[in-house]
Amino acid sequence: MTTVLPGHGPEAPGEAETEAFQAVFDAAVAADERIEPRDWMPDAYRATLVRQIAQHAHSEIIGMQPEANWISRAPSLRRKAILLAKVQDEAGHGLYLYSAAETLGTGRDELLDKLHTGRQKYSSIFNYPTLTWADVGAIGWLVDGAAITNQVPLCRCSYGPYARAMIRICKEESFHQRQGYELLLALSRGTEAQKAMAQDAVDRWWWPSLMMFGPPDDESAHSAQSMAWKIKRHSNDELRQRFVDICVPQAESLGLTLPDPELRWNEERGHHDFGPIDWSEFQQVLKGNGPCNEQRISQRRAAHENGAWVREAAAVYAGKHATEHTGARNGEAA
Amino acid sequence: MSTAARPDGPGTMAALALGDDALILAQRLGEWAGHAPELEEEVALANIALDLLGQARTLLTLSGDEDELAFRREERDFRNVQLVEQPNGDFAHTIARQLYFSTYQELLYGQLAGGTEPLSALAAKAVKECAYHRDHAEQWTLRLGDGTEESHRRMQTALDALWRYTGELFRPVEGLDVAWDTLEDTWRASVTGIVTQATLTPPEGPQAAPWAAGAGRQGVHTEPFGRLLAEMQHLHRSHPGASW
Repeated sequence: MTTVLPGHGPEAPGEAETEAFQAVFDAAVAADERIEPRDWMPDAYRATLVRQIAQHAHSEIIGMQPEANWISRAPSLRRKAILLAKVQDEAGHGLYLYSAAETLGTGRDELLDKLHTGRQKYSSIFNYPTLTWADVGAIGWLVDGAAITNQVPLCRCSYGPYARAMIRICKEESFHQRQGYELLLALSRGTEAQKAMAQDAVDRWWWPSLMMFGPPDDESAHSAQSMAWKIKRHSNDELRQRFVDICVPQAESLGLTLPDPELRWNEERGHHDFGPIDWSEFQQVLKGNGPCNEQRISQRRAAHENGAWVREAAAVYAGKHATEHTGARNGEAA
Repeated sequence: MSTAARPDGPGTMAALALGDDALILAQRLGEWAGHAPELEEEVALANIALDLLGQARTLLTLSGDEDELAFRREERDFRNVQLVEQPNGDFAHTIARQLYFSTYQELLYGQLAGGTEPLSALAAKAVKECAYHRDHAEQWTLRLGDGTEESHRRMQTALDALWRYTGELFRPVEGLDVAWDTLEDTWRASVTGIVTQATLTPPEGPQAAPWAAGAGRQGVHTEPFGRLLAEMQHLHRSHPGASW
């Protein structure tokens, strides 16, 4: 959206003006135009975006931990390089996303503080541990696969900076997903021990991956409004079904099974039926009682706190430098 | 160690020494993932680690099978300098290690790039990466040295602590056609220049431990190195003959 709004300025608009702005905003969303940072937007739209983008950014940086857990032990140099590159990408995704949130007026420091104090969340999936090398593959195939299913529609999200960040992120995520699949394929074609390692990882990651799409539609707190704003394009259950339908033939190609005895093709629906999800586990992990909640947030806080003196030094150095430059410009001693 | 991983001849030994330097420093830098002081440094440190790992893979392949060499050799068979195996310590120690090593590596590869194949091709490509690594280390040396009192103190401590591992960088490596004296002089001028500009004091004191057994290039390492290898090699060694 590029419309310059009448009376768009620093002063708070009056009621009539707000109504006019709202009408322009609504029309832009209805016409599938992008909302840009300088455009007027409803406060609740801004808050929803900040919440969602922040949660996504936090998930990228917390999500580095379970995979970084295996960088030092990767079993070949090729795998080590791929994993390092993937974890680096995730840090990069965090950077794009914090920048997207910044365009809405919320800085990275504020968001990190909310993460560190538990006032904002990250994806619960990262509260599960990576116990074997095969978990790196399962995360790539299932967790990144689920993330892509969720994120591809966000490339058409109504907020421009978020949509553009997602286009870059999705390109890299699809590489991540393929490396995970290929890692598992190598294991399932390998020795008995390797194949068992791959099956065990898929058994542990399958259900948590299905939970990544969020609660069922009738229990999802934020869904309806987000759909209306075109921040969200498909319902949780719709995306979950799409993911299951994609994974079933892929699991067959891998020669691995999915841990759900009720999983079968339903000719009538044209989709796979699957068993009930244990939402009590999801709620427990969300509340902080997952296997790694404490570990993940403690490591994040420790990294931040241990780095405080470094960031402070950089800021002080930059300050000294800026003074020198200003001094030089003013003809004072540099 | 299997016979396939036993390289000989001065050319392959030289590639192995440089390959081990790059591999072991990449392994150390990879340990920072998820622990860096800010997001930009997560990206930068991983990027440097990836460059080094890429160099290591090319160099080790000149000597034999890269995985056989990385995962199946014993500690005494590694030829990296002791500097690169030193633990990460705080961020200042990592930066001091980067400053000493990347300055050396850029000068070394700069000379090798004008030499003979096969190392010249690798060196010509790697020297550009090394220039970025050096710039990164220099910028941080300046920020930490000329930042706060605490960062100044930490950076000085780190420079002093790692100084004793710098002498080994200039011991001639068999099979490398390098003017070592020139390399050492240029290295010293470059490092001293940045350290001084950062309001820090160039370390004095011995640049090597007095020990006839030698150091990393002779396969004599420091105690933390055994643990680094144990972690790096464990999974590969647990599944003999497996492909990944």
